[in-house]
Amino acid sequence: MINEIISMNGYGAYVWSAFSFTLISFTALYFVTKLQLLKEQKRFVSKFGSLNPEKARAARSQNINREILSNTSNI
Amino acid sequence: MFKSFEPNKIFVITSKAPRYVLFLFIVVLTIGLVEALILSPEDYKQSDAVRIMYVHVPAAWISLGIFSSLALLSIGSFVFKNKNFALIAKSLAPSGFIFNIIALVTGSIWGKPTWGTWWAWDARITSMLILALFYGMYLLAWKIYNDKEQVIKVTSLIAILGVVNVPIIKFSVDWWNTLHQPASINILSTNTAIHSSMLVPLCIMTAAFALFSLLIFLMKYNTELIKVKNKGLNRL
Repeated sequence: MINEIISMNGYGAYVWSAFSFTLISFTALYFVTKLQLLKEQKRFVSKFGSLNPEKARAARSQNINREILSNTSNI
Repeated sequence: MFKSFEPNKIFVITSKAPRYVLFLFIVVLTIGLVEALILSPEDYKQSDAVRIMYVHVPAAWISLGIFSSLALLSIGSFVFKNKNFALIAKSLAPSGFIFNIIALVTGSIWGKPTWGTWWAWDARITSMLILALFYGMYLLAWKIYNDKEQVIKVTSLIAILGVVNVPIIKFSVDWWNTLHQPASINILSTNTAIHSSMLVPLCIMTAAFALFSLLIFLMKYNTELIKVKNKGLNRL
């Protein structure tokens, strides 16, 4: 059964390489995108941390900024 | 009309959605892979080589769909002067490009056992390669230009020019004699040349690929919004 799935009637090399290429591309794109997101989140947190209290309060008044900070609490 | 889709309002959803989409994608992909690699029958002519269809066809469909969306969003950003359209288009492009590359590579792998060659300058394959070049130019333009107004104009132009190629890709197999087989599925009619035992895994894999492009879009869109907000903090 397993040998049949691996060999695919002699087409195994073609079938498995097509599926592997697809899954490797997915994984690579996912991690590259994730890293870019984490980088921007870290940059936001460090910039926010350097604001004086008045500016921080003004920035915090925007919903989107509060949301970014709540999503990055574990960074 | 577009106010309810403003980034400030939808970020609450787009920032939380990726984890649920990722979970759904893994579930649907697992079912799709089992169906495509184990449960679906082999073809009477192509034998097990037909299984490459389950990654090749959805990748091609989604890359075409995403490029058409880029063109529509580009026209939208011109007509409605809405920069959010450009941001959405920019976030969609990477997954469209990857799907285009997957369609080309898996098509090439499928070509060897069925046509006896890895590559042919056939109308369908060449027009898909041209689409990949348009995707490449589109993504490169976002990297090259720093001026926001200019980059929106250039990328919109690339998307609008490139979308002319989409109907050429679709009808290339009808207009010219090609190695590539004609379309087996017509969404406008119930007449399909594919048996349901193969159509079901194909639909499941298409759903999985669509979920993956949604996942990448959401992550990329959130990245772009945070970039905008980073610039906003500089101006405070």
